[in-house]
Amino acid sequence: MLKPTPFHSRTGPLCQGHSWANWAGFLAATTYEPDHLHEYNAVRTGSGLFDVSPLFKYDIRGRDALATVNRVAVRDLSKSRIGQVYYSVWCDDKGMVIDDGTISQLGEDHFRITAAIPTLAWLQDNAIGLEVTIEDVSEQFAGVALQGPTSRDMLQSLTDVDLSSLRFFRCTDGKVAGAPALISRTGYTGDLGYEIFVGPDDAESLWDAMMEAGGKFQMLPAGLATLDLVRIEGGLLGIDADFTSALQTMFPVQKLSVYDLGLGWMIKANKSFFVGRDALRREKASGSRYDTVGLELDVTVLEKVYAEYGMPLHLPYTSWNSAVPVFSDEPQKHHIGRGTSGMWSPVLKKYIVMARVKPEYAKLGNLIWIEDVVESHSYSIPARVVKMPFYDPPWKKA
Amino acid sequence: MTQNYDAIIVGGGHNGLTCAAYLARAGRKVLVLEQRHVLGGAAVSEEIYPGFTYSVCSYVVSLLRPEVIRELELAKYGLKIHPNDSVFVPMENGDSFTSYADETKARREFGRFSQRDAEMASRFHEVMYKMAFAVKPIIGYVPPNIIKPSLRDLGTLKDLGKHMRGLGKETFHELCKIMVMSADDFLGEYFETDVIRAVHGMSGIIGTMLGVRSPGTAYVLLHHYMGELDGAFTAWGAQQGGTGGVSEAIAGSARNHGAEIRVSAPVAQVIVKNGSAVGVALENGDEFYADTIVSGCDPKVTFRKLVEEKDLPADLVRSIDKFKYRGSSGKVNLALDGLPHFPSLKDPSVLKGAIDICPSVRYIEKAYDDAKYGGFSKRPAMEVVIPSVVDPTMAPQGKHMMSIFVQYAAYDMSEYGNRDQQREAFGNAVIDTLSEFAPNIKDLILHKQVLTPWDLEQQIGLTEGNIFQGELTLDQLFFLRPAAGWADYRTPIRGYWQCGSGTHPGGGITAGPGRLAAREILGGKL
Repeated sequence: MLKPTPFHSRTGPLCQGHSWANWAGFLAATTYEPDHLHEYNAVRTGSGLFDVSPLFKYDIRGRDALATVNRVAVRDLSKSRIGQVYYSVWCDDKGMVIDDGTISQLGEDHFRITAAIPTLAWLQDNAIGLEVTIEDVSEQFAGVALQGPTSRDMLQSLTDVDLSSLRFFRCTDGKVAGAPALISRTGYTGDLGYEIFVGPDDAESLWDAMMEAGGKFQMLPAGLATLDLVRIEGGLLGIDADFTSALQTMFPVQKLSVYDLGLGWMIKANKSFFVGRDALRREKASGSRYDTVGLELDVTVLEKVYAEYGMPLHLPYTSWNSAVPVFSDEPQKHHIGRGTSGMWSPVLKKYIVMARVKPEYAKLGNLIWIEDVVESHSYSIPARVVKMPFYDPPWKKA
Repeated sequence: MTQNYDAIIVGGGHNGLTCAAYLARAGRKVLVLEQRHVLGGAAVSEEIYPGFTYSVCSYVVSLLRPEVIRELELAKYGLKIHPNDSVFVPMENGDSFTSYADETKARREFGRFSQRDAEMASRFHEVMYKMAFAVKPIIGYVPPNIIKPSLRDLGTLKDLGKHMRGLGKETFHELCKIMVMSADDFLGEYFETDVIRAVHGMSGIIGTMLGVRSPGTAYVLLHHYMGELDGAFTAWGAQQGGTGGVSEAIAGSARNHGAEIRVSAPVAQVIVKNGSAVGVALENGDEFYADTIVSGCDPKVTFRKLVEEKDLPADLVRSIDKFKYRGSSGKVNLALDGLPHFPSLKDPSVLKGAIDICPSVRYIEKAYDDAKYGGFSKRPAMEVVIPSVVDPTMAPQGKHMMSIFVQYAAYDMSEYGNRDQQREAFGNAVIDTLSEFAPNIKDLILHKQVLTPWDLEQQIGLTEGNIFQGELTLDQLFFLRPAAGWADYRTPIRGYWQCGSGTHPGGGITAGPGRLAAREILGGKL
């Protein structure tokens, strides 16, 4: 019952391990090769090609299109221009985060929102009384993300659009491999990269052209296992990993505010109104439950723990996304939060973790302790609070 | 005759058996007396036609309390539930709608009608889940006496108050609304698509002589959402071997702890001496003695048949006489030569789930209109299950058992002639309507069992054929079930107790009344 994406005739045969995941009801490759490591390395040294068609997409059109998106989004979009893309979260009246995504201005009165979860009803409810039409265009577009240091050169070989003038978080119409496309310099990898959306009928020819051009640019098709690794390195939150949508949990304890997720920078004090503004103002004054930080684990300690069992150091080569207890002290007396995603970063050679901790422990350089289980014994591993994104290459925005 | 038993349970329905099992576990010497030749009351499986097992009355399991499953070790005694995860609704225009438990499938199917409803479905589910969680503790409490609270009642009220405050204001507001609204109005706050409102609305009218637009039916909807299978709220399933298998599992647990269970042993009367129950007399004249007598029958039988008026206070008698039964549903069970063909069916796996004949809100409301003044719906709303699709023990290979729950059927069908004529006319309306959606159904029927509310009363002992032993409307719930002041399983007669679905928490295969009654009899400890 899972649906194939418009690229499935191409991605299907490439998926050697038949390892498919359910992404929003679509078949999405976890890895193409039996192991993800080549794909990961392609993203960091050449390029990775991701099928991102399952993303939810909504078009907001009409006189009040800006008013609508600006009401929903936490970020201030009032200065948005055509071709500009914003990354923003949106939240409920209590300031609890519902989802994150990009909001692109495609025309004078035309915006497009991408989202991880279905959002039509939420947009409709917030557009009551406004002069807009809201359309679910999720299945009207097939999308790929071409991400990595060679992505610009590679995409340039397939389009007439001058990519050197397309800045970070800008988008433009243009033809890619002969097909009308929306090219957006955005991604979920923390690297140089583009997202390209075409009509579903052009999907196969786009994929074929990409694969053909890719040989010269060390490009490989890449799956969700790689995507999760590179987004953690890029310091980008994952829904159902680092937070749960306020619309998808009924328990207040599981809802998280914009500040809890470390996204307070999105809030501009003078923004006129957005859903959740007042609650977030109150929270700013009274303090938040959490902050979201990056952690770097001391692997020398972990190595000693393994040595106790006569084993060499083991590291997580695929990412984990589970709630791991974090403490302010080694004996685990004071629980201060949780690790939410973690991995060994091959490009950084570091064990990195995204974590949510009480704000007083969020200072850069702070020493805290995270639980790790080795041979079914629980240990505290020291970790330092470090800056996110963990990986931030100079060419990302250049 | 010497006093043979510590406790005698009148009625071997699932609640009577549950009460017996708990008392036996506590070391009491227990006797269960069932009038019929089979156990289970309305949770009963019978081989009515050779080779076919009929879930004669109740046909799905969901509300069975998890603590009963755990404490009575029902899994050890044969409880096996096949989860039921879809509801298929054939429509009058040849299309169909299927409500799936799986989120991906649900979103796609809802989305064929309305993308908005697809998203609202998960929000609706969340709200219902939250409210089921909110009312869950209420189900586990012995209803307190609000007017003259005991120390324990005060404790209960305090706990409930604390729980309610902890719910948060949105849930509390939704809860207030669901208590008073009609099912369709409540659903209208979430869904815009008619058929989606119709299929959800069905849960609001089951067992109730009200329409989906009648105030109070939203609560009935919630009652059906309180099901909890393996920790998952709102889940439904089919017991292996029919719902009688649940009763048999409870009986097995009771027997294992020494309870004695007799069938074909109809009780004529509870013997009362000096205001105390001391025993029972069977219709055949046999007498058994015990100082605890528990009735699993409905309030009318418990108070107005088994004991005499002179032993009861007049206000209780009046309350019991005004207790609303108003059976609203009938049952048709079919032995089929093969699977019925629904032309609107796209995904054959949905035959494992329920098939609801409720193509529109208007259709259900019209069905109510037909039966409001007696008689039955000419085109009834129906819930059909074919348990043999997942459970091969129900029918010979290649053949199938179909259970059709039919709403509405009034107790009074006198306009259709004598009882046999009424049954015939009712059965025909059901089959004719079903054949509009599954045209080959008539060719497949090997045997047909038709039960009108009157039949349910005669055969099972449910007054006016009400499947819940009394309607689940707000005025008949919690500390008002079955009567104000007598909701704590006691009666004015010392040693005489009640444990049927006519007591809190009410109808359905919950085993809740049986368990709570046993707890009271045992002085608050199980």
